[in-house]
Parts: sequence; structure tokens; C-alpha cells
Amino acid sequence: MSAPAEPEVDERVEEAADEATLADTPWQTIVWNDPVNLMSYVTYVFQKLFGYDKAKATALMLDVHHKGRATVSSGSREKVEGDVARLHAMGLWATMQRAS
Amino acid sequence: MKTWKRQGRGDRTRYVAVLERPEAQVLRGLMGQVDQMLTGRGAAGTEDELAALTGIRTGPSTPPDDPVLARLLPDFASSSEQDAGEVSAALRSVREPELIEAKQAAIATVLATCPAGGGRIELAPSQAEEWLAAVNDVRLALGVALDVSEDMPEHLPADDPRADHLPVYHWLTWLQDSLVTTMLG
Repeated sequence: MSAPAEPEVDERVEEAADEATLADTPWQTIVWNDPVNLMSYVTYVFQKLFGYDKAKATALMLDVHHKGRATVSSGSREKVEGDVARLHAMGLWATMQRAS
Repeated sequence: MKTWKRQGRGDRTRYVAVLERPEAQVLRGLMGQVDQMLTGRGAAGTEDELAALTGIRTGPSTPPDDPVLARLLPDFASSSEQDAGEVSAALRSVREPELIEAKQAAIATVLATCPAGGGRIELAPSQAEEWLAAVNDVRLALGVALDVSEDMPEHLPADDPRADHLPVYHWLTWLQDSLVTTMLG
């Protein structure tokens, strides 16, 4: 991801990305890092599509940025398929996979 | 143009900016190009008897050869999945027509709200969201064409063939960031 200027981010919000609660469901939505999508825009999309608060959306965005990927939602195959489609509509690079 | 401004509240919230004529022309031109590419891809959908009978549209099951379209319409399944090819093919066929439709609707909103000669732009929240998506798609297209990297410099050496187009990419980045920051603020 790229940013026109370094955003002010509270380090503590990273703990809000709680992937453990997503682990026992069958499919996951993965968002991958790419060089074009803006950090501000990715945060906006996570808030808008999933209803996450700013702290959680920011934490997930930073996971994508620093780790190259993040699990942003999970559930039935149909739900995750819909989430991936909505992310594609907004231009994010998303894929689905079975939870391991 | 200057940064986007928010006016009004609630249902009456509007996002306002003024574009110069050359800015409007560049923006509309790029929107038109992406729109054309999506139309071309959409025409590749299969119009078979089953689709006519059921009313269910299906698109192609293989990803676009063109790298720009491939980025705008990526595969659904992670490549690590054992049956990634099958899952992606099936979902692309079902989902791609509606994705193309959503992207073209967002472009249409930009073209309808951005005067060809430049001037004042006033967006309702739902229109502003479509602007974000459409501008993002244009940036993705330029990103592929210009081989943009995460640490793209402000300027490229004059002998780089991409040097002339990079300022447009950076301007769109700024326009999008200004709008999303105003919407989040």
C-alpha cells in the first residue's frame, strides 16, 4: 500500500486485530498488499463493508501493509464469496480460502 | 483543485470540490478508457441458450489476458487452495458480470457529476463512495501500466518513458486521499 504522507497511528490498535476468533470457521477472506491502494482508502473500505470500528479497520489495514496479507472476515462459503466480490468491486486484491 | 470539503449534515451531507478544465478532461478521459475496457470484457460473456432461458448471466471462466483487466477483475480463490483453479473459474463466471456492472456504474456517476469543462462538483455520500471506487480503479489501471511500486518517487528521470504520465497518477492519488480523508473525518 502507499500513502501520500505517514499517517498518525496508535501502535496499540494492532492488538485489536483478533484473528483467533475467526479461526474455527470454514472459509476466510484474505486481503493482500498491493502498491496502489491507499492506506486511508483500505481503512475506509474495511469500515464501510464490514462495519468495523476505526481501530479494528486500521489494525487490519496495517496487517495488510506490514505482513502482506490479513484475514478480514470469515464464515460460510457463500458469505465469504460475497465479501470477496464486494472487495473486488472496491478494487482491493482479495481472495478466499478454507480456514486451516 | 483544492482539497474536498464537507458541507451539510446527515442526508444533506455533500462533498464539494472545484476541478479546473484540464483536470476534468484528464479524469473523464481516463474514466472513459477504463469504461471501454470493461465494456470489451463484458462482451466476452457467454450468451448461451441456458442463460437466455434462466435469465442468469454468466461471464467467462478464465481471467483476462490483459494485465490491467486482470488486476481490476482478480481471481476469487487463493492460489494456495488445492482446487483454486476450479473455484476461481466457477465464481468468475457467476460474479464477473455484476462486478463489471458495479464498476461501470461508478464510472457513470463520475462522468455524470464531473462537468466536462471543469467546475464545481457536489456529491451526495453514495456518489462520493462511487467516486472513490472509480478513481481507485483508474489508479489501479495506471498502476499496472506504469508499473507502480510502493516507493514510487515523485518524479522519474526525464528519459523514463513513464515520466510524463506519473504526475497524473500522483494527482489521482492525492484526489482520492483528499476525498476519503474528508469522508472519514
